[in-house]
Amino acid sequence: MAEILEFHIKGGDFNLAGKASSKIKKKLIQLGVETSTIKRIVVATYEAELNVVAHAREGKLTAIFEPDSIRIIIADSGPGIEDIDLAMEAGFSTATKKVREMGFGAGMGLPNIRKNTDELEIESKVGVGTRLEMIIYY
Amino acid sequence: MKVVELAEKFGLEIFSGNVGLQKEISGGYVSDLLSDVMGFALENQVWITLQTHQNVIAIASLKDLAAVIIVKGLQPDPETVKHSEEEGIPLLGTDMETFEIAGKIYKEFEI
Repeated sequence: MAEILEFHIKGGDFNLAGKASSKIKKKLIQLGVETSTIKRIVVATYEAELNVVAHAREGKLTAIFEPDSIRIIIADSGPGIEDIDLAMEAGFSTATKKVREMGFGAGMGLPNIRKNTDELEIESKVGVGTRLEMIIYY
Repeated sequence: MKVVELAEKFGLEIFSGNVGLQKEISGGYVSDLLSDVMGFALENQVWITLQTHQNVIAIASLKDLAAVIIVKGLQPDPETVKHSEEEGIPLLGTDMETFEIAGKIYKEFEI
């Protein structure tokens, strides 16, 4: 049976951003997943985690460790994405000034996620929230 | 070149993360955009930046970077120092600007 890790992500809490990604990374090392694959998973997971912190009220990250892949689902309650195609474009960002000053919000998050995942689905409803599901094969 | 050797050679201040000082450096990466580092920095590089908040260490750890160098005499946030200790990622500082320190380090790794 696939092992599952779940994390709660609090919007606006930059202190904890990356904690879920760090725990997932440790688990993947334990599982003996190839380093180059772990690197891809870490980039995609961190960006998705950070998007919740930067934009949403709260979210839940679920990592499902299958024998041949990892499936990660990040569902948040937040503003949602108006135009997903536009959000996928490098450089497009709706981040606040504060978030940009920290060096986030350069419009690279979703492109980084797409680049590092084998399958990616994004569903979003404006004013309700966003759900990302991604799969990376080992 | 090890992190400690780089620190000695260029007179870098060592704020924290001494555990990682013996790590071997593969090169450097310069950016103040965190997603850029996340997407493109490589393992064992030193990251030169003006960002001082603790997310810098989160990223350095996730990317297995060798060390972080904060430029222009900027001081890291207390949480950044704490996080650097926890993760064992050396946090270094210099009064030099990015251009200058990056140029010096580049010379060391130029083939």
